Amino acid sequence: MAAEKRALFRSSWLPYALLLPQLVVTVVFFFWPAAQALYQSVLIQDPFGGNLQFVWFDNFKELWHDELYLASFKVTAIFSVLVAAIGLSVSLLLAVFADQVVRGANAYKTLLIWPYAVAPAIAAVLWMFLFNPTLGVLAYWLRQAGIDWNYLLYGDQALLLVVIAAVWKQVSYNFLFFLAGLQSIPKSLIEAAAIDGAGPVRRFFTIVFPLLSPTTFFLLVVNIVYAFFETFGIIDAATSGGPGQATEILVYKVYKDGFKGLDLGGSAAQSVVLMAIVITLTVIQFRYVERKVQY
Amino acid sequence: MSTASPERKARMRFPVLILMNLLPSTWRTGRREGMIENRPLLTFFSHVILAIGVVIVALPVYITFIASTHTAEEVLQAPMSLLPGSHVIENYVAALAHGAGESTAGVGRMMVNSLVSALVIAIGKIVISLLSAFAIVYFRFPLRTFFFWMIFVTLMLPVEVRILPTYKVVSDLGMLDTYAGLTVPLIASATATFLFRQFFLTIPDELAEAARIDGAGPMRFFWDVVVPLSRTNIAALFVILFIYGWNQYLWPLLITTQETMYTTVIGIKRMISGGDAATEWNLVMATAMLAMLPPALVVLLMQRWFVKGLVDTEK
Repeated sequence: MAAEKRALFRSSWLPYALLLPQLVVTVVFFFWPAAQALYQSVLIQDPFGGNLQFVWFDNFKELWHDELYLASFKVTAIFSVLVAAIGLSVSLLLAVFADQVVRGANAYKTLLIWPYAVAPAIAAVLWMFLFNPTLGVLAYWLRQAGIDWNYLLYGDQALLLVVIAAVWKQVSYNFLFFLAGLQSIPKSLIEAAAIDGAGPVRRFFTIVFPLLSPTTFFLLVVNIVYAFFETFGIIDAATSGGPGQATEILVYKVYKDGFKGLDLGGSAAQSVVLMAIVITLTVIQFRYVERKVQY
Repeated sequence: MSTASPERKARMRFPVLILMNLLPSTWRTGRREGMIENRPLLTFFSHVILAIGVVIVALPVYITFIASTHTAEEVLQAPMSLLPGSHVIENYVAALAHGAGESTAGVGRMMVNSLVSALVIAIGKIVISLLSAFAIVYFRFPLRTFFFWMIFVTLMLPVEVRILPTYKVVSDLGMLDTYAGLTVPLIASATATFLFRQFFLTIPDELAEAARIDGAGPMRFFWDVVVPLSRTNIAALFVILFIYGWNQYLWPLLITTQETMYTTVIGIKRMISGGDAATEWNLVMATAMLAMLPPALVVLLMQRWFVKGLVDTEK
């Protein structure tokens, strides 16, 4: 335990009083509900509160045999891979070019970062309006180009719509971190390569990109967490999981089964699976960082 | 979990800080010394790519603004005109006063709700995190590590994974459709606590020793030394947490049933749920502009703190 304070204050009650507000909120709104989710995940209960039955892991077993749930897993996987891959590529591209220009880099930064401030649900409404089959401007252009565009009917198109909205919102965040990563690469390395005759493209792939890998990995985890958990607003506002189950990601299914379907045990079991996923992602993030940041 | 101590974990939470120390100075000047080689064509190409990026990023907001300046009929003509219309004032007044579609509550009221929740969430998180970080850094007491872990674990329990039981708790406490229900469940924050803890550890021990010798108690030291020194951290966190609070979606969607308690983001969702024909898109788009305006302003006006906050919290 490094960096501990030598100068300490003494009081038998004050530290507890200072921690109290945080702990009360934590216990009442985090630990108690999480424990409830764990508890309910091994029970079957009818929605009106009666007839409680302990069923061990039946709820989980049922999930593994539920084709809709497995389909939702698949949708989530495709969605998060697309969001992370497209989001990281686009923002890396922009950051590399912003790092190139001497004049106006600041202006570009300001013009690119503000979508971070837009709520996911609002981002969804903006893109939904552009792609709306009857009145959207982009939908009109697509139809002019001969494409049969209707995301209300075609699942692939609906998925594309929510991916675009999710990426649009996240590019600003990725861009900031990539640009910072690029600007922290020592100039001397790049100059040395330039003197040895390596052109900009070669320099990027042999020097810049490998040196950026800590930033890239960090952003990859952040983007996957974002796609899994923070895109609920996008899905709900743009497609409500439809058409069919084409855009029903796991978080949306927990909400739908619990609130609309009133399947308490099933929804709780899904919550527990999600918790396991968050914990895994958090541990990956920390373990990785532990090894890497040792300067 | 690995065997590393909670303190260690907390430090790991802010790895990119090290990278980012370089960031503000290079961005403020907007230029870097020593071009490697001068390639006018490459510079031109870079500007073209960046300009395309900026246009694509701005496009949806531009179209939204255009839609908010036309009448509902003009918006429904496909394709809608891409130049501003002449109904700016009446659309925004109508939206602010009585919303659109099935919703009857005005967006003005919703914006007040959003503002109140965003402020309470941001300030509440900052206050309780300052207090608990102060306790953990400046006192030694039984169960200290245990409490630290308790706060840490909340990182792994986002609202999305415990939706139903949390809803049940709030409903049992009679907090549905109240400002308390909109805000209190969201104000525990491991991230802010760790951030303040990191910062407190950098405050020289001599300051606390001097305060003790002068006979100042812990709370006096907290108010007169710790809080003033934390000003930049507080500002940076405030920007991030204000945006976080304003943009909340799932939580207000669950616990608000009365239109007078809707936040702006929820209000929009309710306005468009009536189907294409019934939707007054011009008013919905005016509402979308209004919903984006406050957080976007905060980001642009407080850009320096925003960048610092993003980097510090890794949010």
